[in-house]
Amino acid sequence: MNIFREIFYGGLSLIVGMTVTARRLFRPLVTVQYPRRRIPLSEAYRGHIELKFFEDAGAHKCIVCFNCEKTCPSGVIRLEGVKLREKGPKTLTGYLIDFSLCSLCGLCVEICPTQTLQYSGQYELVGETRSDCLIDLLARLNKRVEQKEKTAKN
Amino acid sequence: MSYLLSSEWSRLILGLLVAVGFSQLNALFLVWLERKIAGHIQLRPGPMEVGPHGLLQTIADAVKLMGKELILPLKADRKLFFVAPVLVFTPVLVGFLVLPFAKNMIIHDLNVGVLLIFAFSTFTVPAILSGGWASNNKYALLGAVRSVGQNVAYEIPLLLAAMSIVLMANSLSFSEIVHAQRRLWFIFVQPVAGIIYLISATAETNRAPFDIPEAESELVAGFHTEYSGMGFGLFFLAEYTNMFIVCAVATSLFFGGWTGPFGISLGIPGIVWFLFKTYVLIFHLMWVRWTFPRVRFDQLMNFAWKVLIPISLANFVVTAVVVKFV
Amino acid sequence: MAEQDTTRASQRVYTLNLGPQHPSTHGVLRVLLDLDGEYIVKADPVIGYGHRGHEKMGENRQYRQFLPNTSRMDYLSGMLFNHGFVLAVEKLAGIQVPERAKYIRVIASELNRISSHLLWFGTYLLDLGGFTPFLYAFDDREQILDILDSVSGSRLTYSYCRFGGVSRDIDSKFIDMTRAFLKRMEKRWADYDGLVTKNIIFIRRTRDVGVIDAELARRYGVTGPNLRACGVAFDVRRSEPYEVYDRFEFEVPTGSRGDALDRYSVRFMEMRQSCRIIAQALDHLPQGDFMAGKVPQKLAPPRGEVYSAFESARGLSAYYLVSDGGPGPYRCHIRVPSFGNLNVLNDVLPGTLVADAISILGSIDVVIPEIDR
Repeated sequence: MNIFREIFYGGLSLIVGMTVTARRLFRPLVTVQYPRRRIPLSEAYRGHIELKFFEDAGAHKCIVCFNCEKTCPSGVIRLEGVKLREKGPKTLTGYLIDFSLCSLCGLCVEICPTQTLQYSGQYELVGETRSDCLIDLLARLNKRVEQKEKTAKN
Repeated sequence: MSYLLSSEWSRLILGLLVAVGFSQLNALFLVWLERKIAGHIQLRPGPMEVGPHGLLQTIADAVKLMGKELILPLKADRKLFFVAPVLVFTPVLVGFLVLPFAKNMIIHDLNVGVLLIFAFSTFTVPAILSGGWASNNKYALLGAVRSVGQNVAYEIPLLLAAMSIVLMANSLSFSEIVHAQRRLWFIFVQPVAGIIYLISATAETNRAPFDIPEAESELVAGFHTEYSGMGFGLFFLAEYTNMFIVCAVATSLFFGGWTGPFGISLGIPGIVWFLFKTYVLIFHLMWVRWTFPRVRFDQLMNFAWKVLIPISLANFVVTAVVVKFV
Repeated sequence: MAEQDTTRASQRVYTLNLGPQHPSTHGVLRVLLDLDGEYIVKADPVIGYGHRGHEKMGENRQYRQFLPNTSRMDYLSGMLFNHGFVLAVEKLAGIQVPERAKYIRVIASELNRISSHLLWFGTYLLDLGGFTPFLYAFDDREQILDILDSVSGSRLTYSYCRFGGVSRDIDSKFIDMTRAFLKRMEKRWADYDGLVTKNIIFIRRTRDVGVIDAELARRYGVTGPNLRACGVAFDVRRSEPYEVYDRFEFEVPTGSRGDALDRYSVRFMEMRQSCRIIAQALDHLPQGDFMAGKVPQKLAPPRGEVYSAFESARGLSAYYLVSDGGPGPYRCHIRVPSFGNLNVLNDVLPGTLVADAISILGSIDVVIPEIDR
């Protein structure tokens, strides 16, 4: 008799399982067809870093202190600056990051004394070669500023 | 020449051509259906991009498969390796010869149709075994060995369940079996045989939860691990066509074939009834596949030998006694 | 005569190389199986394919710079390992952490534990051949990832904790999302029960499969849910409470047989306990700072050593740090639970079927990159 009981209750458990899946068959989908529909990114999403543009200064506020370069665990950041004035900080001439090395820890953003670094929030990063991972932050900033001026003019 | 053109032969050849075409189209459709059902059960849309609701996705996949290289593994048995996929597909086509799609839509109404279809369905076993053996791969061999054990075990309850119906209808011909059900479907008279048939058919077609010959989490892909391109494609097609055939047989044996329930046909043509019932059964198989985990091999064998075979045997004997004396 | 028999036996046995490229070895694990038919005669897990030298990396960089590494060892419970490292360094440097930060960390850690268990649940069912529960579990897990994403900005490698607090305060949106998740899960347990836990096929696949008894577990250093399934109620959160775990009411679920089914149900009960802890932490979440005020940019803890254990999703994990007063640890050792949990396979697998080997491997829930580090 034991075996018949097991068959009965086993069969019952299978039917219970099938009702669970059957109910789902008519529920709305939870996935999104990605390139056609996108879901909003979280505010905290990091992405690679970029230079912040300060309206009051009309530029970024990088003082070439090399803190970000020194604190980066993976050697992502390469900074260049020259001394243009006798007093005061250096002027930034080049800010290159190799995103292929970056682990998105955000230590550089946290350590920046002038808070001139921010996350770009970009997530669609496709490149064909390694050099596509090299990002020139200064050029990006200039491009952004130009675009802003263009839209302001229009 | 005139012999070849005689109605019986031309009917056979034409029928076979239609069967080839239908089985391909049907398999493509079933693959799409399976992915769609799986998707919706899992709260995702399934194929969506190629064609309306992804309807052309499987065609695109098939074209891709045809373009792939056929890779022959090192030290594989060349002849067996390439013969196996062809071998697995042939019995499937033979099945179409005797299936009663509607009252007068049988390619060849053999008086031993049931026997023929089950005899040829056994043919997939050597095909799978040779495919697994020839691959020179341990996973493939394990899968093939499992497949043989499983198919031999499940053939018996499958046949016993079908034989109960044969006893009831007193015929081995599909059209006569369907004819015998015009008032009451055999599933209401023989529910036990019906359930046993469906379970064994799932195992026969190597479908989840009995898909242990190709259990992807254990044996990578089982007997067709080493197959690429259309070699794999043929195994795949055969699986889905097999599924159609076992469901079509179930429709004719238990669900009244081309007749409506209780003799009410509602003016709907027989072939529509037949295909409708077959696809409902196929949907059921897919639903089961996307619900349950896989059973273990020894449990599967135990289930066949200790549960299914005794019950189906008892059912068979009781049926015989009842048919004889009542 | 006897000699003949052994040669015949050795001819019968063949070696199956399960992995490192196999659908269900969870990472790059290779198990050398000696098989007699489908029965396993000998099992030998081979590890080390994913070695990246995390411990050494910890030793040649500053404490802070090791933070992103912590969530890349056990990538499924990144928050827990992140949390554990921060705890160890705080203990070493004597940093006081604000109350609010402690609660936030506990909430984030427990969420991570649930997400890790859900992923385990899904992949385990995948190993057993059930594909649908896998995606249901991922649907739930996605909710947790969204919640953690909203505060840490990352979905897997969180790097959220900082020495003295956390990198970002949680807001009312986070709390609402978490509460909604807890409510959602209450309904989901019944679905999982119906679909899997009570399913006869599942029970047959797991009951009395891969039995680990308490003695075997002790010999191999098995911890976590695998140990609790043998009936030993050992949980670091209870036995040596860190952070604020001593303030919450929760049970340490245990099993009795130590088989795969027990490991399964222990993990399931743990998820519910984690939900309980999160609910309590949300109720008693104090106001205040989320970051200690005075933490120097360059940490240079005094000479000394610290061993700080925590309960990761897989069991007893710990950081052992030795400081020589410099900016980075002199020695950084990490105790990971998966190593002991995996090696128990040596004793458990022989005598079982290949299908069971996959089931057992899945049920002990190993993360291979954690072992390889």
